[in-house]
Amino acid sequence: MSGGNLHPGLNLGDHHGKAHSGAEAVVFGFWIFLMSDVVIFGLVFASYLTAANPMGMAGGTGPAEAFDLGSVFAQTVILLASSLTFGFATLALRHEDGRRAIARWLAVSLFLGLGFLTLEMRDFAHMIEVGAVPQRSGYWSAFWGLVPLHGLHLAAGCLWIVVMLAQMATLGLVPAVKTRLLRLGLFWHCLDLIWVAVFSIVYLGGLMP
Amino acid sequence: MTDRQRETRMYLVGFGLALTLTLVPFALVHWGLMQGRTLAITIAVLAVAQIAVHLRFFLHIDLSRQKREDLQLILFTVLLLAIMAFGTLWIMGNLATRM
Amino acid sequence: MTDPIFGRLDLSSFAFVRAFDNPTVSELIGAGAAMAVVLGGLAVLVILTWFRLWAPLLRVWLTSVDHKRIGIMYCVLALVMLTRGVIEGVLMRTQQAFGLHGGFLTPDHFSELFSTHGTIMIFFVAMPFIAGVINYVLPLQIGARDMAFPVMNQISLGLTATGAALVMLSLVVGEFSTGGWANYPPYTGADFQPGPGPDYWIWSIVLAGIGTTLSGINFAVTIYKGRAPGMSFLRMPIFCWTVICASIIMIFALPPLTVAALMLAADRYLDFHFFTNDLGGNMMNYVNLFWLFGHPEVYLLIIPCYGMFSEIVPTFSGKRIYGYMSMVYATMAIAVLSFCVWLHHFFTMGQSANVNAAFGIASMAIAIPTGVKIYNWVATIFRGRIRMTVPMIYVVGFFYLFTVGGLTGVMLANPVISYQVHNTLFLVAHFHNVIIPGVLFGLLAAYHYWFPKAFGFRLHEGWGRRAALLWIAGFSFTFLPLYWLGLQGMPRRSVTFSDPSFQPFMWLAFFGAALILSALTCICIQLWVSIRQRDRLAAPLGDPWNGRSLEWSIPSPPPAYNFAVIPQVTQRDEFTDAKATGRAYAEPEAYEDIEMPNNTAIGLIVCVCATALGLALVFWIWWLAALSFCAMVAALIGRTFHTETTHIIPAAEIAADHRAWLARVGVAGAVNRLDETHERNAGLAIPERPARAEPAE
Repeated sequence: MSGGNLHPGLNLGDHHGKAHSGAEAVVFGFWIFLMSDVVIFGLVFASYLTAANPMGMAGGTGPAEAFDLGSVFAQTVILLASSLTFGFATLALRHEDGRRAIARWLAVSLFLGLGFLTLEMRDFAHMIEVGAVPQRSGYWSAFWGLVPLHGLHLAAGCLWIVVMLAQMATLGLVPAVKTRLLRLGLFWHCLDLIWVAVFSIVYLGGLMP
Repeated sequence: MTDRQRETRMYLVGFGLALTLTLVPFALVHWGLMQGRTLAITIAVLAVAQIAVHLRFFLHIDLSRQKREDLQLILFTVLLLAIMAFGTLWIMGNLATRM
Repeated sequence: MTDPIFGRLDLSSFAFVRAFDNPTVSELIGAGAAMAVVLGGLAVLVILTWFRLWAPLLRVWLTSVDHKRIGIMYCVLALVMLTRGVIEGVLMRTQQAFGLHGGFLTPDHFSELFSTHGTIMIFFVAMPFIAGVINYVLPLQIGARDMAFPVMNQISLGLTATGAALVMLSLVVGEFSTGGWANYPPYTGADFQPGPGPDYWIWSIVLAGIGTTLSGINFAVTIYKGRAPGMSFLRMPIFCWTVICASIIMIFALPPLTVAALMLAADRYLDFHFFTNDLGGNMMNYVNLFWLFGHPEVYLLIIPCYGMFSEIVPTFSGKRIYGYMSMVYATMAIAVLSFCVWLHHFFTMGQSANVNAAFGIASMAIAIPTGVKIYNWVATIFRGRIRMTVPMIYVVGFFYLFTVGGLTGVMLANPVISYQVHNTLFLVAHFHNVIIPGVLFGLLAAYHYWFPKAFGFRLHEGWGRRAALLWIAGFSFTFLPLYWLGLQGMPRRSVTFSDPSFQPFMWLAFFGAALILSALTCICIQLWVSIRQRDRLAAPLGDPWNGRSLEWSIPSPPPAYNFAVIPQVTQRDEFTDAKATGRAYAEPEAYEDIEMPNNTAIGLIVCVCATALGLALVFWIWWLAALSFCAMVAALIGRTFHTETTHIIPAAEIAADHRAWLARVGVAGAVNRLDETHERNAGLAIPERPARAEPAE
């Protein structure tokens, strides 16, 4: 990578001028926000683990009856692929491939994100069917406090992609739009990172033989 | 190799590594290849490895001098998260054994 | 069934109607408070309309993104809420003074009082006051033109105001939680408090908490990326170091509160089982999460005040701060340690002795860096040329009283002692003993110290002295007897008591509360008198106290862009050095255009929408909740489509203003420190030689 990295994530590079230099403070600030958000998730994870025992389950449905490993695997791969396609969108931005190329990769990421959410909704519907609802036990409260929180973040990310597509169409690639795309990229990758903890702790941990 | 190619390859390598680190634990659980504590530790190690891969290849965090502030911030976050999360588990776990 | 339009809001929600139906003393006091809120609000509206102040208020203040105006608005909010908090405190002291087998308040009303008193004093007095001082002073001290994110700064203010507005509205409509400022479930769960009380607490805390997290990000990025050239980290004034530590706590310690409060909301609204008695809920985890926030929070309050003392002590001693590096290390140590001690708030929960011992030791360890700081301040004063102005009176009160509070803290850090005195008035005495002399004295000293910078005239010295001495005496009379009562076993939060031997101490505390009320009155009179005499107290040239850091090197009040030319920093105590070497008040070689952010109404819109959202959630008015939330999101997204967000101030205009100020400095008479409180002090100081030679950095 060329010199002059000012912030985490892929940098625009010096050839972007003001958009690159202006990104330093903004992206750093967003990075701090993400760290704060990571702490929120960390504490929800800790609360989940506190409830993941027979006392927390209070004799209700267990994870084995409610989780579908195949669907979770599909969600994981879809989300990982969306991280890759978002990376390509950022590369298209950095190397000035033009609005159309960026929008294409963003649209693919959006499509994958929505696919992830669809599968997750289907899983949730199944859980409700088998009685794995938050009103049933402390364990399911903790689950419904954690996994849908990630889903909500992802939904916000999808909305953000839509807004950015609209801004690229109306405002063009002005510096503000460029740094917003960089921040959206960090957000998107960070959600994938949190998903790694979700599938490892909640799903794989819950289905361990 | 141009910058563009090197950066593209970086994303692809990250994707490959992350995919592998996903496949292994899912396979272990699906086919019941490991049990109990060994499995739990393996899943945890693979998850931490995958998080490191994401940080390195997707979020471009490295040990170079230019980005030390970000690295410090991550390390500090990890420290505080460790204190808070493990503290919570310690306290609540200890309490649960005495209730 | 709830009404589709009004939710669970009905006539009996209004305090007036309740007092009319059931005219007891308690209800009448409640209705009186509601009346005060309504009349106060109406009076503000009438005054604004009568003097035609609506347009300037909106244009100059409410839509401003200037960190100085935002800082002042934070402080005004804090002072208004302080008045309510003090009145509540005095009311509680009055109840307990007459509380032998009775008193005049119902238990629920008393519980509401201590819940709102705690919530207000922490979240809507101390936090906004600190945020206000930081907002005002930080960019000036590091040589910046504004915060890193001026618009987000305005939104933070809007969200803080939202929280305060919700707490104020709870006086008029519905009632507040009776669960204390920590609001522990299951008592605050839907089973025991189905009314709107805990929901008021949840939404005011969550919304204000989001604002605080955003403020923390803003402060941190401002310090990391916005310092003037040459201002390395180790050249920053100590206050800026304490702001770094405070913002770390804002960023990382508010999440546990948000998590705990939202989980409680899920329990109350959606029948979740995070903290319920049955079905696998674990209320102990709430206590754990709350104090994961709560303990760093008290350090978030005290650390910036340490910073304020660290600015005031050197200035009024005419000396450099003693032990700069040890001050920095001590501050950082306190910030990190503050995350390792939360269990000492619940030693008696039932965990094993080993867990208690670990957290007890960590808690005692915090006393070490705090002691370092106290010694540093004392060493700074030692052989200084001390001027006992108002801020220094607060400092001396702080030294004595805070040390007592700190020592009782070390006592409480011992689990064995904590088992004996937890939940007694001993604890109440302890935390008031650190928060009033530590936080409040720091803030009032800072208010007196930086007021002339913000408004161009000094505060009246005499009324300030009266206020300071009354605060010190009032605190001592109110809270020192509570230590004894606590040791005698009087539980906190009790509306009455039955042991007649408590009575004399209760009367002593009541007398102290009267002194505190008169101290607050003196502060109001001081402000009034100072505004009346502002011509005589004027110090527009900017340096009334012979200051040491950059904020004193510019006019008072500073122009919107702060510095005509961004200074080049070469030293710690840059302005002292500039005055000594003749670099101060020099004409810059060239002026440049300055780009400044435009005013915007987004913070105001967020504030209005968030208040509507909070009220709608409290009273289950779902359509309004959905509407106000969508409006807020739409406004925020709409804002991002604006591209014209800055304006240019031309160099010629800046040059003219700056030269006019320099000309006034050139002809003004400088004063030495003996005349500091005299009319002659127009804000130009005669640089005086330090009492002992100060070695160069």
